[in-house]
Amino acid sequence: MTDVTESAEPTEPTLDLLYSETEEDLRAAVRALLADRAGHQAVLGLIETDSPYVPGLWKPLAADIGAAGLLVPEKLGGQGASHREAAVVLEELGRAVTPLPYLTSSVVATETLLAPAGESEAAAGLLAELAGGRTVAVLAVPLSTAPGAELPLTGPVAGVADAAIADVLLVPRADGLYAVPAAEATVEPQTPLDLTRPLARVTTGAGSGTRLAGPEATGPAVRRGLLAGAGLLASEQLGLAEWCLEETVRYTRERHQFNRPVGSFQALKHRMAQLWLDLVGARAAARAAADSLATGSADAPLIVAVAQAYCSKVAVRAAEECVQLHGGIGMTWEHSAHLALKRAKSDQIALGSTGRHQDAIAALVGLEPPV
Amino acid sequence: MTGAEELRALTRKLLDAYPPATTDRTDFLRARFDAGLAWVHYPAGLGGLDAPRALQAVVDAELAAAGAPDNDPRKIGIGLGMAAPTVLAHGSDEVKRRFLRPLWVGEEVWCQLFSEPGAGSDLAALATRAVRGDAGDWIVDGQKVWTSSAHTARWAILIARTDPDAPKHRGITYFVCDMTDPGVEVRPLRQITGEAEFNEVFLTGVRIPDAHRLGDIGDGWRVAQTTLMNERVSIGGSRIPREGGMIGKVAATWRERPELRTHDLHRRLLDHWVDAEVARLAGERLRQQLVAGRPGPEGSAMKLAFARLNQAISGLEVELLGDEGLLYGEWEMRRPELVDFTGRDAGYRYLRSKGNSIEGGTSEVLLNIVAERVLGLPPEPRNDKDVAWKDLAR
Ligand SMILES: Cc1cc2nc3c(=O)[nH]c(=O)nc-3n(C[C@H](O)[C@H](O)[C@H](O)COP(=O)(O)OP(=O)(O)OC[C@H]3O[C@@H](n4cnc5c(N)ncnc54)[C@H](O)[C@@H]3O)c2cc1C
Repeated sequence: MTDVTESAEPTEPTLDLLYSETEEDLRAAVRALLADRAGHQAVLGLIETDSPYVPGLWKPLAADIGAAGLLVPEKLGGQGASHREAAVVLEELGRAVTPLPYLTSSVVATETLLAPAGESEAAAGLLAELAGGRTVAVLAVPLSTAPGAELPLTGPVAGVADAAIADVLLVPRADGLYAVPAAEATVEPQTPLDLTRPLARVTTGAGSGTRLAGPEATGPAVRRGLLAGAGLLASEQLGLAEWCLEETVRYTRERHQFNRPVGSFQALKHRMAQLWLDLVGARAAARAAADSLATGSADAPLIVAVAQAYCSKVAVRAAEECVQLHGGIGMTWEHSAHLALKRAKSDQIALGSTGRHQDAIAALVGLEPPV
Repeated sequence: MTGAEELRALTRKLLDAYPPATTDRTDFLRARFDAGLAWVHYPAGLGGLDAPRALQAVVDAELAAAGAPDNDPRKIGIGLGMAAPTVLAHGSDEVKRRFLRPLWVGEEVWCQLFSEPGAGSDLAALATRAVRGDAGDWIVDGQKVWTSSAHTARWAILIARTDPDAPKHRGITYFVCDMTDPGVEVRPLRQITGEAEFNEVFLTGVRIPDAHRLGDIGDGWRVAQTTLMNERVSIGGSRIPREGGMIGKVAATWRERPELRTHDLHRRLLDHWVDAEVARLAGERLRQQLVAGRPGPEGSAMKLAFARLNQAISGLEVELLGDEGLLYGEWEMRRPELVDFTGRDAGYRYLRSKGNSIEGGTSEVLLNIVAERVLGLPPEPRNDKDVAWKDLAR
């Protein structure tokens, strides 16, 4: 940093919006793994089986590459990296529309446990298990829950993502946060729009499980988990949108109609160029969210809301354009465009709707609604 | 010319002679056709009375009030919307008499064998070949794709290449193809909704009598224009009440589920509501203009608006439903008998509506048509129009 910037009046916190070399190495490792083991055709083959999760994929990603422990300090059994690296993993998982409990377990549940782990041995023990990729835990709240939203504290909870593959459920109750072994809970699968992120209705017996945090600590812990989830979901959406654009560019360069590539029609060129512009914004927003979470910036809630409000719509539009610019083939089950479309549409609802994130922004920057 | 009063009287006479409550559905529909009350603007003897098209509403209202059965247009949309007007405009008397009645009654389902793997937007590039056989009939070989209802169809409208040496638009001939011919093989193609509404159709040595040719040899592209213009009107051109179609679904959810409402969604809902109402009025105005019953390029405007609105509204509905929007009815692979854009759940509607801007001509191609034929803008330079089809790159 130069003297000039140091002496300048601090306004917004400075964010690092680029990718480091380590982050690019991590990306390359994850991309190679997914290309090898979980291509779209493999995913298409799995989504209608009992479990869409690619068998044997979790361990190499979570444990061998160490992706599950990125958010966890080394002394708690993790990699001591940050949200920036986890965001890169999610970009890749988004590109490949991979069914894996990374966002739910390695981000939301893991982040939720970070504060309680300082107080409770049980929480610290579970956190280390998650960080090592040996255990999968999910927070038992509906996938649609926004950071700061009221939590369901009793009764069955529907719409819990990745509960089907979880070993442990983190259950917020009136008297604290509980870890309930999945074996002691009832997990009933629901039929999701996005077959790559299974949803289930979860019922746990009142008082079952181990208490990890008291009532005062539960709200903040869960809010923190959901905030990290929402912020890093933007990276998943970014990766997904990038794949949609790349695939559409590739296809329209090859597909000939009227004796020329359809991508040579300006009507289509401009559509793809516009998407690229949107992606420039989405990448900046997603990086900003990851960096602000990594540095624990006070601005994080605002930047996360901005990233969500923006990236959700970019991902949906990219996937919709991908279908449209493929023509009839884009409407078929055998083409993977629908995997991206369904994921993008579900992501738009996941971790808070656009309207909710806009409301959060309005409150944080003092743009009050009309009275 | 038959006036409204006369039509009303004829409709009552039909209802007296064939009381809906005690008449078999098919018998009733056949009698309605024979009375000229099927489509009153069609010629007498072919289900109509040469009456103004607008008067159909008089007949329909009388019949609906009497609880008469209808011909379930959702199952026979391609027959009613595309095959019938083409057969009427280009078929011989014999062909019209043979096909129109069972088509309208719904005894025979039709499908459209137009698109091919290599010929979608550029339909005129099609490669399916029809060759004259010794007996004067035609022998057809090729592959069609995205064929909706091929699995329920008895007949197909088919375009095939009869002269590969001519430029692509000039070597095409239009046929009626028997879907029960042993050379016709129909394989389901599954859609993003989970269903297989459309199919791949393989044609191997399919025999078509020359009597089932519509229009002259080599004039099939012109005949196909009748089909395509009507297709665009039939997708999105139907008359609906206020809040009919997709907007009605989300409006109902909004009214019934106050807990789902947010300011953001409210504004967006009202935007769509206004657009849907204006699209409805534009359709109404278009119909009033079409006194002569000849759809022009304006029909494309309706289909464009229909596709855009269906997609935006169903997308909003999924968002509105939130937790429920994350769910889907069922993914089970089925081969549906009918096409229903507004059926099933919001997720289905959202996914199915994606096809609305592709089927029957993509929105991009329709915008080109508006730009070139309506606005008169110069066309894109083309290098494929005057070259013999066989010399085009494929
Ligand atoms: C649900 C559904 C049902 C269908 N049912 C039938 C049926 O029953 N019978 C039948 O024959 N066909 C049917 N079709 C096929 C449909 O007509 C074609 O899919 C459509 O014409 C597009 O052709 P394509 O799929 O080959 O796409 P392509 O023509 O390859 O188009 C790919 C992309 O390029 C764009 N593009 C192409 N040309 C231009 C241009 N000149 N300018 C700008 N953009 C351009 C298109 O808009 C599209 O976005 C159906 C399709 C769908 C989705």
